[in-house]
Amino acid sequence: MTATVESTVSAPRRGTGRPAAGLAPALAGTVTVGLGGAAGLLGVLGISGHGGGVRLGWLLPLAGVDFAVSATAGLFMLLVGLVAVAAGVYSIGYFRTSGASTITLAVAPVFTAAMLGVLAAGSVVTLLVCWEMMALASLVGVLSDHHRPAALDAGRWYAGMTQLGFVAILVGLVVLSASGGSGDMVLLGRHAGRLTPTARNAVFALTALGFGSKAGLVPLHVWLPRAHPEAPGPVSALMSAAMVAVGIYGLVRVDVQILGPGPRWWAVAVLGFGALSAVYGVLQASVSTDLKRLLAYSTTENMGVVAVGVGAGMLLIDYHRPGAAAVAIAAALVHTVAHAVFKALLFLSAGAAVAATGIRDLDRLGGLAVRMPATTILFAVGALGASGLPLGAGFVSEWLLLQALIHTEPGSGTLLAVVMPVAVGVVALSTGLGVAAMVKAFGVGFLARPRSPEAAEAREASPSMVAGMSFAAAACGVAAVAPVVLSAALDKVLGETPGVGLSAAPSLGVVLRLPGLAGSVSPAVLAAAVVSVTLAVVVLAGRAGARRRPAAVTAPLWTCGAGPLSERMEYTATSFAQPLQQVFDVVLRPEVDVEVSHAGGSEYLVERVRFRSRVDDTVELRLYRPILAAVSRWAGWVRRAHPGSVHLYIGYGAIGVTVVLVVAR
Amino acid sequence: MNPGGILGAAAQTAAVGLGAPGLVGGMRQVRARMEGRAGPGVAQPYRDLRKLLGKQSITPEGTTVVFAAAPAVIAAATLVIAATIPLATTASPLDGAADLLAVVGLLLIGTVSLVLAGLDTGTPFGGMGASRETTIAALVEPTVLLAVFALSIPAGSSNLAVIVADTLRRPSDVLSPAGALAFAAIVVVIIAETGRLPVDNPATHLELTMVHEAMVLEYSGPKLAVIEWGAAMRLTVLLGLLVNLFAPWGVAGRHAGLVGVAAGLAAVAVKVAVAAAALAAGEVYLAKIRLFRVPELLAGSFLLGLLAVTASYFLASPQA
Amino acid sequence: MAGLTGRIRRLGRIAEPAPPAPGPLQDASEVGRGSLQLRHVDAGSCNGCEVEISGCFSPVYDAERYGARLVASPRHADGVLVSGVVTRNMASALVDAVNAVPAPRVVIAVGDCACDGGVFSEAYGVVGPAGAVIGVDVAVPGCPPEPAQIIDALRKLTRR
Ligand code: SF4
Repeated sequence: MTATVESTVSAPRRGTGRPAAGLAPALAGTVTVGLGGAAGLLGVLGISGHGGGVRLGWLLPLAGVDFAVSATAGLFMLLVGLVAVAAGVYSIGYFRTSGASTITLAVAPVFTAAMLGVLAAGSVVTLLVCWEMMALASLVGVLSDHHRPAALDAGRWYAGMTQLGFVAILVGLVVLSASGGSGDMVLLGRHAGRLTPTARNAVFALTALGFGSKAGLVPLHVWLPRAHPEAPGPVSALMSAAMVAVGIYGLVRVDVQILGPGPRWWAVAVLGFGALSAVYGVLQASVSTDLKRLLAYSTTENMGVVAVGVGAGMLLIDYHRPGAAAVAIAAALVHTVAHAVFKALLFLSAGAAVAATGIRDLDRLGGLAVRMPATTILFAVGALGASGLPLGAGFVSEWLLLQALIHTEPGSGTLLAVVMPVAVGVVALSTGLGVAAMVKAFGVGFLARPRSPEAAEAREASPSMVAGMSFAAAACGVAAVAPVVLSAALDKVLGETPGVGLSAAPSLGVVLRLPGLAGSVSPAVLAAAVVSVTLAVVVLAGRAGARRRPAAVTAPLWTCGAGPLSERMEYTATSFAQPLQQVFDVVLRPEVDVEVSHAGGSEYLVERVRFRSRVDDTVELRLYRPILAAVSRWAGWVRRAHPGSVHLYIGYGAIGVTVVLVVAR
Repeated sequence: MNPGGILGAAAQTAAVGLGAPGLVGGMRQVRARMEGRAGPGVAQPYRDLRKLLGKQSITPEGTTVVFAAAPAVIAAATLVIAATIPLATTASPLDGAADLLAVVGLLLIGTVSLVLAGLDTGTPFGGMGASRETTIAALVEPTVLLAVFALSIPAGSSNLAVIVADTLRRPSDVLSPAGALAFAAIVVVIIAETGRLPVDNPATHLELTMVHEAMVLEYSGPKLAVIEWGAAMRLTVLLGLLVNLFAPWGVAGRHAGLVGVAAGLAAVAVKVAVAAAALAAGEVYLAKIRLFRVPELLAGSFLLGLLAVTASYFLASPQA
Repeated sequence: MAGLTGRIRRLGRIAEPAPPAPGPLQDASEVGRGSLQLRHVDAGSCNGCEVEISGCFSPVYDAERYGARLVASPRHADGVLVSGVVTRNMASALVDAVNAVPAPRVVIAVGDCACDGGVFSEAYGVVGPAGAVIGVDVAVPGCPPEPAQIIDALRKLTRR
């Protein structure tokens, strides 16, 4: 996020510790791929209703471990499986070239397994145990380069936030399962009604907080833009594409399916925080100059959009609009899947670029299109998906979400009439700025001419990396033009969600239709039309006037007569985003300073100008810093009571006993 | 899918493709006359295009396929829109394949491809134009979607044929406060999207004041011709969409034959010509505003859009 | 706005009637026929020629009605309109600008300076007339030439 014109070159230093032997990356990658494949199979079983329970009583004392895959879990398992296969194949080449310790290599498979455990959990205890494993494994991934201060910092933030989230979920789920006397995920839903309204509200608040922080929703997102960029390529893909989806899974499974339908404020809260995340995330992404940080903020944005969908769905359920509710929930789910595939692709290809150059700073990248054509094309596919344009993977879900909001029949209620336009505005703003962020990432990072010697000497990613990315790209293609593959799963998931109308579940054939509601679009036909007409235009424009036309040439750039351009004259990511930064400076509060040193004391002759621009996370500055400061002040007082004097401690004891006796009397 | 619809879609696409340069020529002529000049005549853009197609094609050093393909993409996306939207007929076979949201997306694809081409050259002005265009597009997008919403809610659908049919059935929808606000928002959007005054000056020669022009400084010959043609079509299509969303009278319906399609084509041509003349005349009174005032303009139109949507939620009668 | 409207109505057409079209150039080149876009390069003029050139495109002379237009990029142009004597600082820039124009292209030298050096031919910072660094196709002599003369040269190319 810091754009400094003079910055020092720092070579990448991944995988400190003992580098793994030649075969180890292949082994770890294969295990990850195998887990991904198994997840896919289990997911299909779960969706088709055969995800029946397995109990391993010996695995965990007292509680035992239960697995049962519901249809909802099945859909998310498919998603994790897709990401794991792509990341697993990719990791073979990635860790071969950049080197990694055995521990770092073990992260991806263990992490994947833990995520699958969370999804497959049939009981609260299993879920919690796997949740903690998932958190720990990813923490190790974040710290895989623990000699860098930034990584340590990220690790501290991540550890703190994720443990707070875990405690919230723990308390929430324990209260919930206490109500029915059983921790079984299926039974929980039946007993949730027995909770008192206060307890229900508390459980909702706690679990939504915990799951929301995993999904990276504002204001619990602060760990995400720090942690995701620090992890090695495949691990950051798993975190940003799959793990945040696990957060969404928790939100949908526990808060919508098991606890819901709840009071109206639940829906408004989910929608509100989703909207906040979408706008804040996209704003930060659009001014970010660190490639991976940009992608991480884009994750916050997309999860915000998903939460808007979930919240809108909850609200519509509450207003007895089962049809529109089905479309909204479906939109949220499709967007989660689409986000997983395009974000995995983006993080993998960004990881390839970073591995090839050692640079994450967009201001010093550029020109990779010539040196790394495959990676560039694959990043473009992902960026197209992330920008939500037709032909991209994200279009279908954004379309569904907007349709759900359109079909909120006017005159349904004041709250709807106020909330829905705001939701539309938020989705609209996040689409527009999301395009800007992706254009910047691709256009500045991969096109144009290299802005640093490292970028000029980049080498194409290894075949296994390209293969992993291509797999993710193929998934993006399917999500873009043939969302029909998700149809069956969606029907089942909606069937598990109380209060939505199955008859209005969107049908995702060649033409997307919303039964009962007027509205259709066909991404496949659109893609075919645009591609074929483009080719036709190319051919026609090539033919017309060709008789008169002199032979084509390649010529130097037009430089306004100023001679050859140097890379310092190019537009950078900072300059590209400057207008947006200026427009939104109220929210972003950029720190800009310009230092001019004059030559020879003259006011008119300038020796050099130093421009520094820095955009910090406002939420972190305004919300967390005061809290952290307060906590450390309080801790200071507490420490003052611990001077180490035995007499004083005995005195504390005496006072304590006296107080207890007085109170007990 | 019916023969009248296919015929109509083909006719309106051809009309947009062939007529767009004439529309631009006409607008320049209106401006010229109001400025006291004689003007080069309505046919001048055709002469320009013919000449450009015969000129040498130059590939600037270091540019990639992005630069080479962008003109065709922008023209193709616009042609697909022209085939889809209800210009001459509401029964285009593509109508079910692309609703208003998809049309907005296709327009944005054109913008994005040109922005990437500007960045691809790696020249300072290319990057500058790209940055400005992106800023404007990012701020226009919310307004567009809100206006789309304001129009879709009364009709209960974002499919263009449904909206147009609804307006024909209940003209009062257009005259409602929601309709008026949406109209104002869309006009601002069209001005920004097509790079007209006061957002951008299409006739400027000063690189530092450019938005659209700065991105295409490196294009020459046939590729430039395709870009100019695409830009002209974009203007035509947007104006066509505007007039037929708010005054759809004359557009051929589902069962119209040859005569109906011809009448629809004539009607939309007249309406677009009138709208274009009004736009050109209005520009005579305007100067380009500073780049950082543009967001204020767009924020204003965003608010109009938001008001329009809220109004349609509150005021619209529940659907029959 | 009302004031502007009133003025537009009052003034009506400012452009003078077009004089009869001059014949085409001797070599009958097809460059710029019907449509001529030019990039203007000031190679070192006293700015007298610039005033006349801008006069050409003013409402009174309205060179645009013959299909001629000034453009910002040589890539969009059919030729270069050079004014002024070629100074040392501008020589390479002028060559670059001409080379950036896609073929077929023309070079039009406007004013005595660009044609033969004019009053600056003996000056120390000068390379020479435009012809010294690039080939000139059309010359418009005069110090400065009148807009009518410049337009006459343009019309020979556009043939309108
Ligand atoms: S020809 Fe005359 S007016 Fe033109 S630049 Fe030379 S001195 Fe100035």
